[in-house]
Amino acid sequence: MKFLIEIAGASVVVIAAILVLPRFLELFALINATVYISMAVLALSLALVWGFGGILCFGQAAFFGLGGYSYAVAAINFGDTTYAIPVAIAVPALMAAALGYVMFYGRISDVYMGAITLTLTLILFNFVNSTAGDQWRIGAAPLGGFNGIPSTPPLNLPGDPGNPLPPESIFAIAAISLLLCYILAKFILRARFGRVIVAIRENERRAELLGYDARAYKLGIFVIGGAMAGLSGMLFANCVFVSPTMFSLFYSGQIIIWVMVGGLGTLVGPVIGAILLNFFTTWAGTLPDINPSLILGAILMLAVLVVPRGVLPSLTTLLGRLRGAGDAPGDAA
Amino acid sequence: MDLVFAIGFQVMSGVATLLITSLGLAIIFGMMRVINLAHGEFLMLGAYAAILSAREGLNIWISMLVVAPLVVGGIGFVVERFIIRRLYGRMIDTMLATWGLSLALIGAVTMVFGNTVAGFSAPLGSFAIGGFTASAYALFLIFAAVVLLGGTWAILRFTAFGLLARGTMQNAEMASALGVSPDRVYAATFAAGSAVSGLAGALIAPFSGVVPTMGAAFIAKSFITVITGGAAMLAGTFSASSLLGTVSTLGTFATTPVFGEVMMLAVAIVLLRLLPQGITGRFFRRAL
Repeated sequence: MKFLIEIAGASVVVIAAILVLPRFLELFALINATVYISMAVLALSLALVWGFGGILCFGQAAFFGLGGYSYAVAAINFGDTTYAIPVAIAVPALMAAALGYVMFYGRISDVYMGAITLTLTLILFNFVNSTAGDQWRIGAAPLGGFNGIPSTPPLNLPGDPGNPLPPESIFAIAAISLLLCYILAKFILRARFGRVIVAIRENERRAELLGYDARAYKLGIFVIGGAMAGLSGMLFANCVFVSPTMFSLFYSGQIIIWVMVGGLGTLVGPVIGAILLNFFTTWAGTLPDINPSLILGAILMLAVLVVPRGVLPSLTTLLGRLRGAGDAPGDAA
Repeated sequence: MDLVFAIGFQVMSGVATLLITSLGLAIIFGMMRVINLAHGEFLMLGAYAAILSAREGLNIWISMLVVAPLVVGGIGFVVERFIIRRLYGRMIDTMLATWGLSLALIGAVTMVFGNTVAGFSAPLGSFAIGGFTASAYALFLIFAAVVLLGGTWAILRFTAFGLLARGTMQNAEMASALGVSPDRVYAATFAAGSAVSGLAGALIAPFSGVVPTMGAAFIAKSFITVITGGAAMLAGTFSASSLLGTVSTLGTFATTPVFGEVMMLAVAIVLLRLLPQGITGRFFRRAL
């Protein structure tokens, strides 16, 4: 019952946003809102992988960037963006599968996993940055080095490439994608697969002794996370354009901050965290004399030191205590 | 023949740079199991400390070899006191908190000094190997790497503090029962590791240029070197930086600097797949 109410609640919020926001926001603000929503999808992907799978991936930005680039390259080559969408999801998913296979089947421990995912992000960042010049093109699409691909085409209706969708529709598509990802995540966590994933996070050895192959399950959730991050990169590419900064450490770091601040082990928390922190950094960026990195860094440090479980879970615990309910809520929300 | 010498020299200086920039991280990780993701920013602070004191008219060698480690060592002491100390035993949280620190330091330094490249030219001029000329400063870097590595080893091996530090590292509870305060040992170790990072930052400044974001170029390489090295911090860092530094320099010769780096990172990933505990997880296990 709670499950259905949560999904219905999320749907109502998203549909209301689609109906209301485009009427009130100016074009620039609407595009910004779409960027925030793509970030929320990205946060959701790490929320699954880290919050429920227990896999701290420092390289979620790698899948995000790969998704964006695959979309841009495929769309330019096909001339129609429809089939570029599955490409943008499949390429990062394949990358996640290859990387996950190396890590999980190699039984690589937490810290080393952090090192490997971080390294992959750096490899891609360095590589894409150095692809300036004409010899670096995939089909008709020049990779453009540190300038990225400014001519990233926006989505169009299937079979009608001459007619790119207006920002309002792209906003709606992004919002619906976020909703679908959320519902998918809810279903995954409700299904047997998701329960085993959480069991492995809690105690990997016990789960294995009960006969579950932890490696395969972890690989599964990692690939789903990679695909979701790719989708988010595709949405991002639609609002801005793709450039190597999508692979940068700054992005990788931000994703972790959203999830950490929003609350590990929740789905709604990271989504809200991503949207609010993005609002906040955009606003902070307009302040004179204050560097947004300083603020972000301070927030992350404070979050780890003061509310290591994240703001949302800490708030719910606090509310529960005030109501006298006593026990902390588990992996709800 | 000249070419062999020239390439050999480049490889050695590449290895030395990697070793110098990784050692501070290795000391902190090896002794305390703390991964300091603000390591790159400690390098950056060391470089700024050296450059600012040199601008104030201090002798360049004193600025690099004395001021930089002292300043960054002091900063490390404060950081340990207020952040790291609260997070012992929570490795992932330490990584996150130091990452926050890293972002904050980049922001703060950018606000103070602006996002411009400062720098000073390498002292010592150049010398010739056959038909090739090389910077004498690079020779000094190789020398510095040997001294730093040997010095750290000697301190750990022969001094009373080294003994206490190794004991605490092996069994903090036992050390504490014998009257050693692990808190103090950790504080001193973290400050020492930070000082080494600061020194490293000053040493590489003439080659790398000094910008608030310069740490990002080093943190991943240092991180991967230390992790690839494995549990024995000095032997591990030495063997990993020799291997990875060679790969990266030769790759740079064969292609471009970017692909040299990509090759090095790719080798590190393959190596970690084959030796999940790092190089010293299998070889040189009893080394320091």
